[in-house]
Amino acid sequence: MLQRTIRRLAITCLCLVASGAKSFELSEIAPGVFVHQGVTALMSRDNLGGIANLGAIVGAEAVAVIDTGGSRAEGAAFLAALQQRTTKPIRYVIDTHVHPDHIFGNIAFRDTGAVFVGHKNLARAMATRGPHYLSSFRETMGALLDDVILVPPTLAVERETILDLGGRAITLKAWRTAHSDSDLTVLDPQSGTLFTGDLLFLQHVPIVDGSLLGFLAVIEELRKIEAVRVVPGHGPAVAPWPQALEAQKAYLDHLTRDLRADIAKGETLARAVTTAGRGEKPNWLLFEDYHTRNATAGFAELEWEAP
Amino acid sequence: MSHWTTSPIAIVAALCLSAGAALAQEPKIDPWPGLVTDIFHDRAIAAHEGVVALDAPKRAEDAAIVPMTISLLEPGLRAATLVIDENPMPMAAAFSFGEGAGVTKIETRVRVNSYTNVHVVGQTSDGALHSVVKFVKASGGCSAPAIKDQDEASANLGKMKYREFASENPALREAQIMIRHPNSSGLQMDPITRAYIPAHYVDKVEVRQGEALIFSMEGGISLSEDPSFRFAYKPNGAKVMRVEARDNQGNVFKGEWPIGGAS
Repeated sequence: MLQRTIRRLAITCLCLVASGAKSFELSEIAPGVFVHQGVTALMSRDNLGGIANLGAIVGAEAVAVIDTGGSRAEGAAFLAALQQRTTKPIRYVIDTHVHPDHIFGNIAFRDTGAVFVGHKNLARAMATRGPHYLSSFRETMGALLDDVILVPPTLAVERETILDLGGRAITLKAWRTAHSDSDLTVLDPQSGTLFTGDLLFLQHVPIVDGSLLGFLAVIEELRKIEAVRVVPGHGPAVAPWPQALEAQKAYLDHLTRDLRADIAKGETLARAVTTAGRGEKPNWLLFEDYHTRNATAGFAELEWEAP
Repeated sequence: MSHWTTSPIAIVAALCLSAGAALAQEPKIDPWPGLVTDIFHDRAIAAHEGVVALDAPKRAEDAAIVPMTISLLEPGLRAATLVIDENPMPMAAAFSFGEGAGVTKIETRVRVNSYTNVHVVGQTSDGALHSVVKFVKASGGCSAPAIKDQDEASANLGKMKYREFASENPALREAQIMIRHPNSSGLQMDPITRAYIPAHYVDKVEVRQGEALIFSMEGGISLSEDPSFRFAYKPNGAKVMRVEARDNQGNVFKGEWPIGGAS
């Protein structure tokens, strides 16, 4: 019985490696700019937590990695795939925000000697949320989390920081609370590529874990960034800029409009969240997984602006 | 190359074997009997509908903001206690109702840490306890019951807001008190000092129409950030709503608002 269990587990594991590591694809979307596209799904054992888009920018001397994936296994696969493309050292590992699908892979990069970089709030957010993330993802990720240790940033971005990769300077910008309270974007002016982290969702319904109004305000600021293409946090690996912002803006506007109307009418939170913004459902994947949550947090936020 | 092709298999295989071990979990112990001892001093609690009712979502969509509505079905109820069995501080809110306040409903918001039973225990005027229970699933781990914007939470500490709503029943009024407060747990670590951040939460709220108590609440960290109480009560003609809230660090927050259309 035990033997059979072990054999079954071992087979499962080989399949995981086959589906996760071997098929880890890294595309060069512009000279020296690499992206891995995550699957649009919830984190699971089967996808190794590989649901977020990950990136890397290669300069003349060094490499910057942007997000590390949802498990050590995904981070290791990313590192291996990257090392097949370049032998230059990884100088920076940049986390776009605190969510597990973007930072659980950090541990796979710890021994590269890279400096870990994040929003000024990222270390605090990792400390306060990290233990909860590790325990609450246990059910869906199982042993994939056994050797995940959160690696906090040692270089904090207060507002804007420029990092030099050797003849290639990239600009990191820390944002006010929007998708989360630790959102950071990375701009590579040389190729005109903007990495937004989860300040931009495509196809995958946007998630508001910070501030609905902040998110809408940041979209208007993001729009001013000069770039030709964007790598969103979720969805297709690359999209035209700034047109890619429109669907997300429409979703957040729609939700805000409905919630404000409900609050003005004196509707309760429990009732409002079952209807507000639901007309957006056909436009998004994973809508049922996140939309009511967005509406709940949005209601509690917008309630304070009512007369 | 061979290093890359073989080692991850070994690593992941090892991981998966320990997953097998993790699956053989201890049977879960129901915390409720212990809570009956700790919170209700082993008093008899009749479990049935009819005295109190609880409206709770089957799934906690945002585990940090889970609406809970307690209906007080029997007139003259003196107290109702909301218990989230699996939370680190299970007693979320103990409400006491003013005599003649006629509270029929109170809605608040709580944090739900994991899959849990939620109990409401109502106390009738003869002192007897009656309970109802609902099971709530906390959904995906992204919904950490955490503060969404930690800087803003500190900056607005103690601000209050009062709202009134059109009531379906002319003999009742419906109002809401909101208090800006991080209501933080003390379970979170400061990344720099590695020390636990002291718990900071609203532990007492009193709401009065004029001098008469509508309800008081003793609570803890299971209440959501920015605690909110929406309630239906019987007006006594008073012209002001008075609120006094205290937190566990000794802060006192007071608010006073005219009651709309009060005669």
